Amino acid sequence: MAKRFKVVFDRERCKGCELCKSFCPKQIIEMDTQVNAKGYCPAKITEQAQCIGCQSCATVCPDCAIEIYQLEEGEA
Amino acid sequence: MKPVFTVTKGMLPVSTSYCPGCTHGVAHRIIMETLDEMGLLGKTLGVAPIGCSVVAHQFMNVDMCEAAHGRAPAVASGIRRVHPEKVVFTYQGDGDLASIGMGEIVHAAARGEKFSTFFINNGIYGMTGGQMAPTTLIGQRSTTSVDGRTREQAGMPLRICELLATLDGPAYIERVSLDSPAHIRAAKKAVRKAFEYQLAGKGFTFVELLSTCPTNWGLTPYEAMKRMGSEVAAYYPLGVYKDTGKEDK
Amino acid sequence: MSDKVLMKGNEAFAEAVIRGGVRFYFGYPITPQSEIPEFMSRELPKRGGKFLQAESELGAINMAYGCGAAGGNGFISSSSPGIALMQEGMSFLCGAEVPVTLLNVSRGGPGIGSIQPGQADYNQVTRGGGNGDYRIPVFAPASIQEAVDILYEAPSIADKYRNPVMVLADGLMGQMMEPVVLPEPKHAYTSEEIPTAKPWAISGSEKGERSVVKSLRLQPEVLEAHVEHLYEKYAEMEKELERVECVDLEDAEVVFVAFGTMARLAREAMELLAAQGIKAGMIRPISLWPYPYKAFDRISDKTKVVISVELSMGQMLQDINLGVKGRVPVKLIHRVGGMLPTSLEVVEKTKKILEEVR
Repeated sequence: MAKRFKVVFDRERCKGCELCKSFCPKQIIEMDTQVNAKGYCPAKITEQAQCIGCQSCATVCPDCAIEIYQLEEGEA
Repeated sequence: MKPVFTVTKGMLPVSTSYCPGCTHGVAHRIIMETLDEMGLLGKTLGVAPIGCSVVAHQFMNVDMCEAAHGRAPAVASGIRRVHPEKVVFTYQGDGDLASIGMGEIVHAAARGEKFSTFFINNGIYGMTGGQMAPTTLIGQRSTTSVDGRTREQAGMPLRICELLATLDGPAYIERVSLDSPAHIRAAKKAVRKAFEYQLAGKGFTFVELLSTCPTNWGLTPYEAMKRMGSEVAAYYPLGVYKDTGKEDK
Repeated sequence: MSDKVLMKGNEAFAEAVIRGGVRFYFGYPITPQSEIPEFMSRELPKRGGKFLQAESELGAINMAYGCGAAGGNGFISSSSPGIALMQEGMSFLCGAEVPVTLLNVSRGGPGIGSIQPGQADYNQVTRGGGNGDYRIPVFAPASIQEAVDILYEAPSIADKYRNPVMVLADGLMGQMMEPVVLPEPKHAYTSEEIPTAKPWAISGSEKGERSVVKSLRLQPEVLEAHVEHLYEKYAEMEKELERVECVDLEDAEVVFVAFGTMARLAREAMELLAAQGIKAGMIRPISLWPYPYKAFDRISDKTKVVISVELSMGQMLQDINLGVKGRVPVKLIHRVGGMLPTSLEVVEKTKKILEEVR
């Protein structure tokens, strides 16, 4: 069974720079239309199941707004 | 759930003051991640410069002090005399290091001071609003070179790694770039090597990190990354300019 | 009790700060104080300290800033143009509350001036050339023994207030030899002791709360509160650090005001005047900031004139006038450019001034 990942965005730390979105090889990151407290449209993941855990998004994120977890079997 | 990528405790849980997409945040993070992974966070003393990152001490979770513009290498030399067993680094931009602080960095490097300098080169004065830096490329527009820098008017941009590599003091000099996930990972390896050499007492270590300033370059963060990887890296070639560890082998 | 030894001023100064707890020296060669870095380069390594010759005075003051921020007791010596280059650093040291001991063996100016003794740094050291609201205590000893005693104490004063402390000695003091009694060496903090002794210092010691040493305060209300805090410290310093010697003020017809080597000369002139039946007294400010304004209240009704004897164009007159408050005329006897008045010259000029004011 393929490894599954969960990408967690910190909405309030995100400044909406879109670097994660631009560098995502699966193109599964989008910007929210709802702004955060700072007035930025934060990033969010659209299709969690498609994530391959490459960490490109978290690596280019200048704001420590992304964490990635590997899901265990049975976890959603 | 098994953590694969989590935020280092080396970064304080606050939002940085940097513009969206500015790679200062990436540079901060990989330095702090490295110290965290090496178990050095509590043993490190950092020196912040003047420029956008004058407030680096609000984000980096280590003992820190500010330095006057360009003087971080002198300040770090003083710190090093008091705490010979600790890890010391300076974090400096290109206006700070390559212009007003050229004297201090050259002499600290020549003395082989046992600290590490992380040189953030984005080719512009960010905090003061986008003026020409000593590293601004020919043709690049800034608020003090509105039609683009010319050789006739402002001379040529400085290549600091190449310049410092002529000295016998430094143990390790590398230029890296923060323009892609792969290059950021490579940059982090360079940061680690700098700290490892410092711990081994090899001498002065210097990592230049090519960085973006989307706001003052007038580009989106992604466009700025692309420009850095092509146009900027063409004038400032990535690579190792000095490695005494290699020479030892 | 230590024995009396004959020492050259500059070397005695250096020995005194080492005994006062200094273990780190940063400096750049400049006449007339170059014996100090030479002495430090020989002595400090033997005494568990470190000597570092800086690339410039800018480098030196910022090395001392790093040293002080890290909890070390640092010392810098220089001379007038070098001190001018350090003014930015002094503002930073005060703003970030970093202790360091400074010695200015002053010479003539402006510009590169001369290498002969001068006192024209008065405004530079008491008013300061750096930006912002700050103050630095300045002591101007008149003998090598007094300089030794003050330099021995200076690192502790700097630590107590977390502020730079300056000693001003002119080139004469640096170059002359006098017998001195050296005080017993004080304990100097080791790097292991710093986190406990100076918990505010950056030490990378995992002592719990992280330390940050800084002068930047971007929010106006925060900076205002910080400057108010600094001025509370300066008010304490004004109370505790003021030092002055008053000589024969009671029935003096003329009162000299002089500091450093000029006070020695004024003293000689007093004796010569006394032999001619003219009673003279002296106020000798030892601390130039805080300035001993109150000492001028002790000038008697018999005093007809106050005369500043200075190696400058009268930079101290402003402070003297603040002390005298217009009660008697204030006059000046001065030489500059490295020229020194003789005591006879002071006597003759004093008599002329007395004729004018009588």
